[in-house]
Amino acid sequence: MTSTTETVDKVISGDVRAVARVIRDIDDGIPEVRDVLKALYPHTGRAYVIGVTGAPGVGKSTLVDQMIAHLRAKDKSLGILAVDPTSPFSGGAILGDRVRMQRHSMDEGVYIRSMATRGHFGGLTQSTRSAIDVLDAMGKDIIIVETVGVGQDEVDVVRSAHTTVICVIPGMGDDIQAIKAGILEVGDIFLINKADREGSDKTMSDLRLMIDMDQKKHEGGTWRPPILKAQAVFDQGVAELLDEIDKHAEYLVSVYGNLRFRSRKDKVREELSEMVKNRLIEAVMAGITGSGEFEDTVEAIVRGELDPYTASDNLILPKLALNDTG
Amino acid sequence: MSLTYNREMLEEAREAYDRWNREVEETFEKHPERLKRFSTVSDMEIQRIYTPADVQDQDFNRDIGAPGQYPFTRGVQPTMYRGRLWTMRMFAGLGSAGDTNTRFHHLVKAGQTGLSTAFDMPTLMGYDTDSPRARGECGKCGVAIDTVRDMEDLFEGLPINRITTSMTINPPAPVIWGMYIAMAELRGIDRRKLGGTIQNDMLKEFIAQKTFMCPPKPSLRLITDTVEFGTKEVPRWNTISISGYHIREAGSTAVQELAFTLGDGIAYVEAALNRGLDVDDFAPRLSFFFNSHLDFFEETAKFRAARRMWARIMEERFHAKNQRSLWLRFHTQTAGCSLTAQQPYNNIVRTALQALAAVMGGTQSLHTNSLDEVLAIPTEEAATIALRTQQIIAEECGAANSIDPLGGSYMVEALTDRLEDEAFEIINKIDDMGGMLSAIEKNFPQQEIADAAYRYQQQIDRKEKTVVGVNKYANDEESLPVEILQIDEELERLQIERTVRIRNDRDNQKTRECLEKLEEACVEGHNVMPPIIEAAKAYATLQEMCDVFRKVFGEYRDPGIY
Amino acid sequence: MERNRRIRVMVAKPGLDGHDRGARIIARAFRDAGFEVVYSGLHQTPEEIVHAAIQEDVDMIGLSSLAGAHLYLFPAVVDSLKENDAGDIQVIGGGIIPEEDIPKLKAAGIREIFTPGSTLEDIVEWVRGNVNPKTS
Repeated sequence: MTSTTETVDKVISGDVRAVARVIRDIDDGIPEVRDVLKALYPHTGRAYVIGVTGAPGVGKSTLVDQMIAHLRAKDKSLGILAVDPTSPFSGGAILGDRVRMQRHSMDEGVYIRSMATRGHFGGLTQSTRSAIDVLDAMGKDIIIVETVGVGQDEVDVVRSAHTTVICVIPGMGDDIQAIKAGILEVGDIFLINKADREGSDKTMSDLRLMIDMDQKKHEGGTWRPPILKAQAVFDQGVAELLDEIDKHAEYLVSVYGNLRFRSRKDKVREELSEMVKNRLIEAVMAGITGSGEFEDTVEAIVRGELDPYTASDNLILPKLALNDTG
Repeated sequence: MSLTYNREMLEEAREAYDRWNREVEETFEKHPERLKRFSTVSDMEIQRIYTPADVQDQDFNRDIGAPGQYPFTRGVQPTMYRGRLWTMRMFAGLGSAGDTNTRFHHLVKAGQTGLSTAFDMPTLMGYDTDSPRARGECGKCGVAIDTVRDMEDLFEGLPINRITTSMTINPPAPVIWGMYIAMAELRGIDRRKLGGTIQNDMLKEFIAQKTFMCPPKPSLRLITDTVEFGTKEVPRWNTISISGYHIREAGSTAVQELAFTLGDGIAYVEAALNRGLDVDDFAPRLSFFFNSHLDFFEETAKFRAARRMWARIMEERFHAKNQRSLWLRFHTQTAGCSLTAQQPYNNIVRTALQALAAVMGGTQSLHTNSLDEVLAIPTEEAATIALRTQQIIAEECGAANSIDPLGGSYMVEALTDRLEDEAFEIINKIDDMGGMLSAIEKNFPQQEIADAAYRYQQQIDRKEKTVVGVNKYANDEESLPVEILQIDEELERLQIERTVRIRNDRDNQKTRECLEKLEEACVEGHNVMPPIIEAAKAYATLQEMCDVFRKVFGEYRDPGIY
Repeated sequence: MERNRRIRVMVAKPGLDGHDRGARIIARAFRDAGFEVVYSGLHQTPEEIVHAAIQEDVDMIGLSSLAGAHLYLFPAVVDSLKENDAGDIQVIGGGIIPEEDIPKLKAAGIREIFTPGSTLEDIVEWVRGNVNPKTS
């Protein structure tokens, strides 16, 4: 078993297998990986993180594939995290985003990793944040996180990004209303892909209206999210997107002085509460499910012996050494 | 109005069948039906019995007619097999051009009446044998063709001015066809005498078979070039074989096979019309290619429905005036995906029944699979049995004595109607999406096929559908041994040597100029066929010409729909 | 503390063969069995498959071939894994593979071959029984 130091050294030197294994450990919730993450932490904070999100079928993977090509031409090293949903029925997942980026798989400067949302306690947000840290420590200049932006979890993920790009396609109409929940608020740049399709002008004006009404994120600031048109499959609009991302980066520097999230109280607060929450859940849940207490309690509620409010108090409070008047 | 069945008779029949149904229900109360559900391989539910009631609205003139009469339900030619049997055309290709040439001669001697060529993966994908991407694949699933020299060896000693040749080739189709024409002309044969088919159907590649090169729009342009060239210069050639075979092999249902194939056909007609061609100039040379799968009646009905649907589409949608524009002529191949590796001799039976369905369906040309298809390229013996299967059907069992023998069967007519209705529903959906190209971009047919394939596999695994010898009547003992064809490993090395030699020995200046002319044609929008034929005669290789396409039109990559 | 790792596999199509019906069905079956499946898409060289498999830290690669080039392609994947220090990633294969080629493939390091007629359950059960998700 490799020691923490060995692993850390390998990650920092860019060893792909070591990085892949660390991310796997994060995914699988291996406790020892925390030590690795602690040791890697001082090496993070360099990478620029771009979030790309949008409903299935809008062409995110194709867009990311083109972004990779452009950024590699500028000699940037890249880490890509492609997140796909875990099946709620089986717990398995087909991770197919990589297919559209496979032409880069032999490029040593690009590291592509597919992740499933998994949905266990701690879930997507923490795993992806930690994976971002690992790719950061590995030395990647730019990290792109691609998610299906429909759930609250995925919305949280993009909070770890410097710039978030929301992708839509023309004619989404009512679907734009549907994705409004939290998504529009976190967008820094909006991109209408497959812009040759019918309805792209209308989609643009609809979006413009909704964004201008709804942008809490940029309230008080001077960044007005641009809406771009693109046809990723034909490499049209991608250079313009990257230009806007550059502009956004400059904007962040002008407002915050630097690009280090962890030098900003609001970001740290966000991340810390998330991590504390996950740590708590991890620590307490392990005990409850492992000992069978959880299942016993389930059966007690089913038999009508107990209400869930009392049941959860019974499970948790003793673990926290608190009582409910305390 | 020319209702087939009169109202009085329908009343009588209804009473008789009501009585029958009551009796049947009584029996099944005590002794349940043999299965919970009776369905076709496509999972279409089948009734206990079909009666006149199931076809009561059939209008003779509108729906049936006579063979050679609109809507051609009973056959496109008036004389069908009474005049001439279907062409027995066995798909063949293995190893080197010389090896395949031997197989061609054997099959012709054994009685086949048309040639059909299978190419290896590098050729199908537009690579030369010495491309790094071709390593390990030379000659493994068909013949390796790099230059017109290979084409000459392939057809050595065969009367291509008298026999028709089918070539199953898609992205590189213009190049392979160009090499064929070049080869013929080098032999002194006038191109106007050449008869045959190139598959040349890229839409179904994006949907099902997945040999890719360029994206959909430029692929369509290249296809239209070949249609235009054929119409003017090679009038006896079918420049496109609009295919459903592969769609079915990828796991679609019979209805989907019909709908997506005819949907592709509609897209090709529209492309040619947009080019400025007159529908009656090219439509008579459009041909089709269907699968013949396990369910005998579903397949027979499917072929008849296809003919009727295409006639209606060509007349009502495209207003074709020439009767021949309304004809759906098709080649059929028995279903490869239905054959098993276990107890392979059972495959002879499957193929025979599938071939019979194709004959009942009025196919113009037929390939029967060999029993060892699931294991390797067929041996000569296995291919011969497959050919004999066709000959026995043609000459011993009476299937070809009368035209459309199953016409009028309540079941077959009802299924024909049903398949047509359900297929048109899907075609309407595709129209709503903006046509086939649009539907492909939206991954509609691909997803439908993936879903159907998964459903079917689950049914097999749950034993809801039987595969004899696999999930029922399987035996643990060794099956009767089958000898398999092995492709000589040396072949790849020899072929590479040959191609390299040709590249060195040719007039490279001339070849370069020809390739530049081809690039110009691609960029300027001129028909690519003339420069291709010139380049072929100058010994340009397959990949050199395909690389020009890749350069100008870009490459298409698998979007990975599962 | 030992945690239950989720099995991660790659389903890959090496070479020029475009018959992906089987590969796609297997991918779905693996997902339904609770595995995480990275699908490679068509027309992958052995090196591309191996590079991807390493980045994805998969436990096993499933190769599918229906165009006869398995005797070259499957061992090429095994060899490339070894060259890249990833020989612990297991490789299985399926498709149109004659019985007599199976011993050759196994000798070259392919753990198991599933010929047509294998049920999805057979394959899933084999993976469950033979593939150990990496221990840290």
